[in-house]
Amino acid sequence: MAPILDIKNLYKNYGAVEILKDINVAIEPGDFLVLVGPSGCGKSTLLNCIAGLEPITSGTLSIGGQDMTHVSPKDRDIAMVFQSYALYPTMSVAKNITFGMKVRGVDAATQERKLKEVASQLQIEQLLHRRPGQLSGGQRQRVAMGRALVRDPKLFLFDEPLSNLDAKLRVEMRSEIKKLHQNLGATMVYVTHDQIEAMTLATKIVVLKGGVVQQIGTPAEIYNNPANLFVADFMGSPAMNLIPAKTRQNGSGTEVEISRGDGSAIVLKDSHSRDLPEDVILGLRPEDIAEAGFRAGQDVQQAQCMIEMVEPAGADTFVVSELGGKQVTARLHAETSARAGAMLDLAFDLGKVSYFAPGTGERLN
Amino acid sequence: MTDFTQPHTQAGAPSAAKGINWTHLALRWLLFTLLGLFALFYLMPLFVMVTTSLKSLDEIRTGSLIALPREVTFDAWRTAWSGTCTGVQCEGLRPYFWNSVIMTVPAVILATMLGAMNGYVIAQWRFKGANLIFSLMLFGCFIPFQVVLLPMARMLGIMGLAGSIPGLIVVHVIYGIGFTTLFFRNYYVTIPAELTKAAKVDGAGFFRIFWSIFLPLSLPIVVVTVIWQFTNIWNDFLFGVSFSQAGTQPVTVALNNIVNSTTGVKEYNVDMAAAIIAALPTLLVYVVAGKYFIRGLTAGSVKG
Repeated sequence: MAPILDIKNLYKNYGAVEILKDINVAIEPGDFLVLVGPSGCGKSTLLNCIAGLEPITSGTLSIGGQDMTHVSPKDRDIAMVFQSYALYPTMSVAKNITFGMKVRGVDAATQERKLKEVASQLQIEQLLHRRPGQLSGGQRQRVAMGRALVRDPKLFLFDEPLSNLDAKLRVEMRSEIKKLHQNLGATMVYVTHDQIEAMTLATKIVVLKGGVVQQIGTPAEIYNNPANLFVADFMGSPAMNLIPAKTRQNGSGTEVEISRGDGSAIVLKDSHSRDLPEDVILGLRPEDIAEAGFRAGQDVQQAQCMIEMVEPAGADTFVVSELGGKQVTARLHAETSARAGAMLDLAFDLGKVSYFAPGTGERLN
Repeated sequence: MTDFTQPHTQAGAPSAAKGINWTHLALRWLLFTLLGLFALFYLMPLFVMVTTSLKSLDEIRTGSLIALPREVTFDAWRTAWSGTCTGVQCEGLRPYFWNSVIMTVPAVILATMLGAMNGYVIAQWRFKGANLIFSLMLFGCFIPFQVVLLPMARMLGIMGLAGSIPGLIVVHVIYGIGFTTLFFRNYYVTIPAELTKAAKVDGAGFFRIFWSIFLPLSLPIVVVTVIWQFTNIWNDFLFGVSFSQAGTQPVTVALNNIVNSTTGVKEYNVDMAAAIIAALPTLLVYVVAGKYFIRGLTAGSVKG
């Protein structure tokens, strides 16, 4: 199938400042693409470029197989939901939703029918005569979505739509957006700085930093095989442990040496990786370090570590130990016997390990 | 809080607490008396004007300036409106009053509309040099009237509008644009840019967004602008006297001519009535729209 959105070699400059550098992204119909990155990484600018609200400095952009590089927003067959919702304050909810159709000269009967459909879909029928000022944040969010849905566009664009909601509502709306995506089979591009939103919603994630694409992949690929230190650190909460280590070739595998807080070293054997440089940064997610005896498998290696801090979090208990000069977090089960200041046998799952080059931050394995 | 203060009042003398209340009350009264006196001071001239305009000329000559009229007569008002002489003509203020109306109303409407459009462009459709243009317009607000008199006269001559009411309208619109643009720009700058973006994605163009989204939001600032422009243009004397000729003079110029006429007896009651008539429209505009004026001046953000 032809990609519904195809961005090739896109550059965006403001004066002499390069905001976006050589962006190449393509998505298939039905995809949920999430652009994620820290603030100022250019993700919203990229979304505005897709919408046509910002001109592109160079490169091409096509939607539905047609070149849209220089087409105005209204002719791109897109709908957009904004962070501040951007509802028209003087219009009723119904008028907000039908404004786009009115501007495009859709007949009144069709407007009415589509309004009813969308209102019942989003359960906002009882709000249609109110003004945006009389609605709560969550209700405004629904109306903003309604305004996009009613258009039935090729592409839905979301610009951090949940960041103005409180935590509980955010989770609710998140699953509702996900349901909407599944029910409609629509193609969506979604901007967020929240990596949990990215993980839960996306079929495809683009991680951006400083206007440069760091990695494109499915949530699982991004989570399990981060392309560099930035992605490893940015995606996942608590963040991936990034531990400086030394490696030695040992037969068909590698021995990894990590110094402990007291100066002694632990040595782990990785039977899969080879030809690593001597100095590496070892990346291991907190859930890939468990209490000894609770994790089995041929790649699991045990080592005794000094526990410095225990943080019970209900379902899990996090423990912190100093390894390689870094605070390393392990995710243990809730009923662990770990105590701060005591030694504990930890099980490291080397089947899940990532190696990064300390200088460039690029992935090595 | 009360728990902490209670022991204090019980321990200290109760009369002391009472004394504080008295001082407080006395200060209140002093304040109100002072404010009342100021109000009286400011209202005095108006009082004299109104009472004098209702007196006959005889009574003015014999009575005291601040006395109430013994016999209320509206003769002076009638004369001021339709009989008194400005130079050689004796038609009263009426024709000049209408001159002012047909000058002020179009000038206010045009300047407000242009200002709204300018403000909308400068605030929401940023373009290269927008700030420079806005600064230049702002600068225009501070150019003294006298400086432009001669160039303006020349320009009106070239346009064939010298001495005409349309000419005065042009002058006032040009002078008003700076202020009206400033008002609207500052108002529209508080409206989130995402609103324009949303409307663009919805398919609306430049004028559609202005009409359907921005103008309906603008009532408070429109009222402010209209009051400001109306007051300034109606009360203007310098442009009125410079760029008009017999028959096209606005009411301010006519009032001056009435009061400064040196033929015959000085009719103070007619002068007063004429002055009040000339000032009434601006007073009326403020009374009718004043509520919105305050609201508009303090309006900061647009929520929604």
